[in-house]
Amino acid sequence: MSFITEEYKGIPTGFRKILYFHWPLALLIIAVSCIGFLMLFSVSGGNFSKWSEPQIIRFCVGFIAMIMISFTPISVWRSMSIYAYLISLILLFYVEYFGITGKGAQRWIDLGFIRLQPSEFMKIALVMVLALYYDWLDDQKVSKIRWLIPPILLTTIPMVLVLNQPDLGTAILLASGAAVVMLLAGVSLWYFMAGISSIVGLVYAVILSKGTDFQILKNYQYQRIETFLDPSSDPLGTGYHITQSKIALGSGGYSGRGFMQGTQSQLNFLPEKHTDFIFTTFAEEFGFLGGIILLLLYILIIFCCYLTAMQNHNRFAALLTLGIAATFFFYFSVNMLMVMGLAPVVGVPLPLISYGGSAMLVLLGAFGLVQSAHIHRTR
Amino acid sequence: MNRPVKTPRRFRRRAILLAGMQLGITGTLAWRMNQLGVKEADKFRLLAEENRINIRLQPPARGIIYDRTGNTLALNRQVYTIEIIREQATNPKSVLYRLAELIPLSEKRILEVLKEISIRRAFVPVTVATGLEWEHIAAVSVNSPSLPGIIPKLGLNRKYPIGADFAHIIGYVGPVSDYDLSQIDDKDPLLLIPRFQIGKNGIEAKVEKPLRGKAGFKTIEVNSVGRVMRVLKDKAGLPGVNLQLTIGHDLQRFATERMQGESSAAVVMDVNNGDILALASAPTFDPNKFVNGISVPDWKALNDNKYRPLANKTVQGLYPPGSTFKMVVALAGLTDGVINESEGIHCPGHKDINGRKFHCWRRGGHGKVTLREALRYSCDVFFYDIAIRVGIEKITKTARKLGLGIKHDLPLPAVRTGLMPTKQWKQKNKNQDWFIGDTANAGIGQGFVLTSPLQLATMTARLASGLAVQPRLLNMIDNQPTFMSGAQKLDFSPKHLKLIRSGMYDVSNHPKGTAYSSRLNEKYKIAGKTGTSQVRFISKKERENGVTKNEDLPWERRDHALFVGYAPYKNPRYSISVIVEHGGAGSRKAAPIARDIMEKVLTLGKNSYEPLPDQKRSNRKNISGRTT
Repeated sequence: MSFITEEYKGIPTGFRKILYFHWPLALLIIAVSCIGFLMLFSVSGGNFSKWSEPQIIRFCVGFIAMIMISFTPISVWRSMSIYAYLISLILLFYVEYFGITGKGAQRWIDLGFIRLQPSEFMKIALVMVLALYYDWLDDQKVSKIRWLIPPILLTTIPMVLVLNQPDLGTAILLASGAAVVMLLAGVSLWYFMAGISSIVGLVYAVILSKGTDFQILKNYQYQRIETFLDPSSDPLGTGYHITQSKIALGSGGYSGRGFMQGTQSQLNFLPEKHTDFIFTTFAEEFGFLGGIILLLLYILIIFCCYLTAMQNHNRFAALLTLGIAATFFFYFSVNMLMVMGLAPVVGVPLPLISYGGSAMLVLLGAFGLVQSAHIHRTR
Repeated sequence: MNRPVKTPRRFRRRAILLAGMQLGITGTLAWRMNQLGVKEADKFRLLAEENRINIRLQPPARGIIYDRTGNTLALNRQVYTIEIIREQATNPKSVLYRLAELIPLSEKRILEVLKEISIRRAFVPVTVATGLEWEHIAAVSVNSPSLPGIIPKLGLNRKYPIGADFAHIIGYVGPVSDYDLSQIDDKDPLLLIPRFQIGKNGIEAKVEKPLRGKAGFKTIEVNSVGRVMRVLKDKAGLPGVNLQLTIGHDLQRFATERMQGESSAAVVMDVNNGDILALASAPTFDPNKFVNGISVPDWKALNDNKYRPLANKTVQGLYPPGSTFKMVVALAGLTDGVINESEGIHCPGHKDINGRKFHCWRRGGHGKVTLREALRYSCDVFFYDIAIRVGIEKITKTARKLGLGIKHDLPLPAVRTGLMPTKQWKQKNKNQDWFIGDTANAGIGQGFVLTSPLQLATMTARLASGLAVQPRLLNMIDNQPTFMSGAQKLDFSPKHLKLIRSGMYDVSNHPKGTAYSSRLNEKYKIAGKTGTSQVRFISKKERENGVTKNEDLPWERRDHALFVGYAPYKNPRYSISVIVEHGGAGSRKAAPIARDIMEKVLTLGKNSYEPLPDQKRSNRKNISGRTT
């Protein structure tokens, strides 16, 4: 048997692909999303049509999209990477000038039936284009300074646009996703150490620049950082979020108060309870145990991605899978750190659970890419 | 796809490194969940369940506004209010009907309240009735067990004791509306209190933030039924700043009453420092009607009145200045050297300009007149001539120096700039070339020229004192005098100013002056200038048949009557401008009003400021009793 037939034997075609689907991963995604539907039902005070119903519809649309994406060979997606990146970048430019302002930031494009947040698409598109870059680049060159410039530019341009919106949370996620792909691609660890120390320096500069003419962040962002450091300094404003969030989390205890029994969230003490702060309601109603189980489900999703990436001999597919897994990881870890008072409130949703169309569609699409890499992997 | 089939060892090493870091963060998350949810659970559960922390806003007392002599113009009155919280009233409808047996509460109001309750969130208090007597509150308190969710409160309500006289200046407050919230970018939590009063007009609106003060807040523990267990933190707010106006009530009231029945405006100003002593616009209205939301019929009556009582005509009204503008043209001519003191110009009763006849108000003409005489008789032909000689650009420049056509910075809404035309302006706005006739019209304060009474009073003050005084309305903010720098001298020749003043003297004191009948007694001489500004076009045919008398015209088409002046002539202290909308001749309608007001201000005595009754706001007690 020739080498070529051997290679093609391993890759399924047509509807047979469904058999090669990464079913544990898909089931985990469904499980986490179902927790999301339940929580949205609970925070709306038992009103199914308020948040749960639209969320379920979006999930179904997203799941179908995920299957369609996964049936398309990963090589097609590899060649699409650069276009995905460029389109996301154009959309980001577009929202900068024509977007709809919400909560003091320019973020949306209103298509009538859905509000698109291009910054969400960019999170995945950036990982794709960087995976493509390191797939293309000769392995010997990855740590050469000259070859570091393109990925840094590819990351910085969307970051500046997103920071301008201003959306600190997304900017952090973009940087983290890019850093992970570069780490996996084998960029020398010295660069990362230098990067981390310069970020520490930058944070210091940001804090020092407050109140001067060349203040780096918006006032409300400083306020969030200040209230993160001392929530009681502003109990009516931003500190209120964190204080109430901690009370809700803590009052859940070991096993929680039970479904729809959380007093803090049901009595409207909690802010943004259906979006960024939804984990507090979950922890109040299902307690420490519920929180750990959700964390476990998330970790299992990441673990599935690791498993398939390790088996995959295609460099692009492996980098993409782990890059997406890392982005997903940053989503829930930053959100949880934030609501538990370990990080400033930067506006990152809880993946697959928080109410919101763009994030849900983008995450399901990204897992479609992971599935595609899995189905079409070289065996 | 045809790369060598191997998992690079470096990739595997890096993946393990990454997984290790992620596990570390996951461990932190699990540790934190354990810490909050298990270790400190008791503490938080207590906070959450038995003693829910509640933060109550304490609205600050709004700043008080005083007049020059220490009279209170705007204050806060304690009122008893009853509110309902839906969450606590299990059945709001039956609770409200039970409440109606204790306090005056109409069926209609109950339905309104029920409607408001349904759109607000469950824990937001909704005002049921306000302005109640102590007996009502006592009755409600005694029956509180059968009235769940009903909360009697002591609140503050804005009150304008002097009412109508200062309505246009002070303005009024009103309950904050959703529209207001959408218009202003203000994160103050006070604005979220239902029916919180914010400034809607006048100084109340323009100085809103300092007047409002800062909210205090109490962090309290409440038990599950909402009873206050203890106060954890009590951060006092800061009451709003107090203001003192430069205007005194005596003069303001006199001016307002003197103009009763007309649609008119009067401004009195100190010529040496720009202090505004009266800023009256008639007719006026009662600002107290707006405080708790004005009723529809009242609003309609004010809005439909053709005399426009809601408008502050002193700063918002723009009128052609008519002959009161002639001083500006004269000064421009003198400064430019196109006319001197002794040169006479012949007035045959009209002037032909490019084939069009420009008429003098006196059909037969004035004969040969000098500048002083031209001002005295208000000869139009003389000023057509001077205006054409000096040109519109220089007239406009002089007018701006005298305070016309520029925006004066007063804490009042919609202070208007007026209009001093230039060739460029006409090209841009009318898309037409400037005609020589336009200059002639401007020479007698007609055509495109538009001024407000405030600007005219400023102009007269500057002519009288030779100083570039700026109008000033607030004397003290928070017991701190507002910044006062001595006004600079205007760069006009003192000789020229003196000549113009002598012309203005003649207007009121020469037996042939246009305002001789409105002169003051021997002790104080007034110097002034009448103005009658046309608002309609008089056709050639009408002129031939005899111009229709003002009395025979509908009100809207009659001339505006104006008068500007200052007194005493020898040692000027006050300037005045009066306009009577569609009042007819300035000498007949505006000059007598100006004379009476001027007499009043001169006989008031020293007119000095009185110290305010209380201290800086940091020393004032925040008397608000209202909590939310």
